Amino acid sequence: MCNQAVGLVAAELERQGIATVTIQLLRFVAERVRPPRALCVPFPHGRPLDAPGHPERQLAVIEAALALLEEREARPPLVVEWAPTVAPRRAPGMNGPGTR
Amino acid sequence: MGDLSEFSLPIQVFLRGYPWRRIDPVPWTPIVRPLAEIRLALVSSAGLVLGDQPPFDDRMRGGDPGFREIPADADARVLVDAHRSESFDHGPMREDPNVAFPIDRLRELRAVGRIGSVAPRHLSFMGSITAPGRLIRETAPEAARLLAGDRVDAALLVPV
Repeated sequence: MCNQAVGLVAAELERQGIATVTIQLLRFVAERVRPPRALCVPFPHGRPLDAPGHPERQLAVIEAALALLEEREARPPLVVEWAPTVAPRRAPGMNGPGTR
Repeated sequence: MGDLSEFSLPIQVFLRGYPWRRIDPVPWTPIVRPLAEIRLALVSSAGLVLGDQPPFDDRMRGGDPGFREIPADADARVLVDAHRSESFDHGPMREDPNVAFPIDRLRELRAVGRIGSVAPRHLSFMGSITAPGRLIRETAPEAARLLAGDRVDAALLVPV
């Protein structure tokens, strides 16, 4: 129910000129309700931003959500599956961006 | 992906048969400035309230569609769990409200310049709403008007 509630609020915010991105815990609900931008996360209900007491993990989910706001070419409804990003590793002595 | 297996069988059956409200057409507001210049608000359905605010009404049939305003400078540790659902583990949210209401994380994003500013208030709903008619007709539009009045550019919405 929570997934639907935030989706319905998101739709109203968008109608009044506020861009939204909505975390979703159940993909099938996101696909039925269709909030404008949905980030589907693999966590159980009760902890939508991953683990309590882990700010960096919470921020990783929020960053992925904010990235959807920057999807200028996307068409609604946008449904994206969250996957943790792995920072590129830099070999010792390399000055440029890591390649591995 | 979170899936229905985390719920009891009766709740799974309910969720499979529930007439989900389809948003149609899907509205779309693009952000027209870089994230570093936008004002971001938080909208949660985790049912968190401040200690001096009334809790959500558990007796309301179909679920309480109201919301509470949470000032942006509120201390996450004083938020009180007033969500009526017994179908999820409330422990993580009570241990760290940021796991569902990331008010500290938004302040950190502002501090490093990732976003331009944090809205002066965030909104807290109690998402266990099986009959969302009043949410759609009354409280969601009211919430949107409040945030628009605060000149919010974008909102992060988090269920629980």
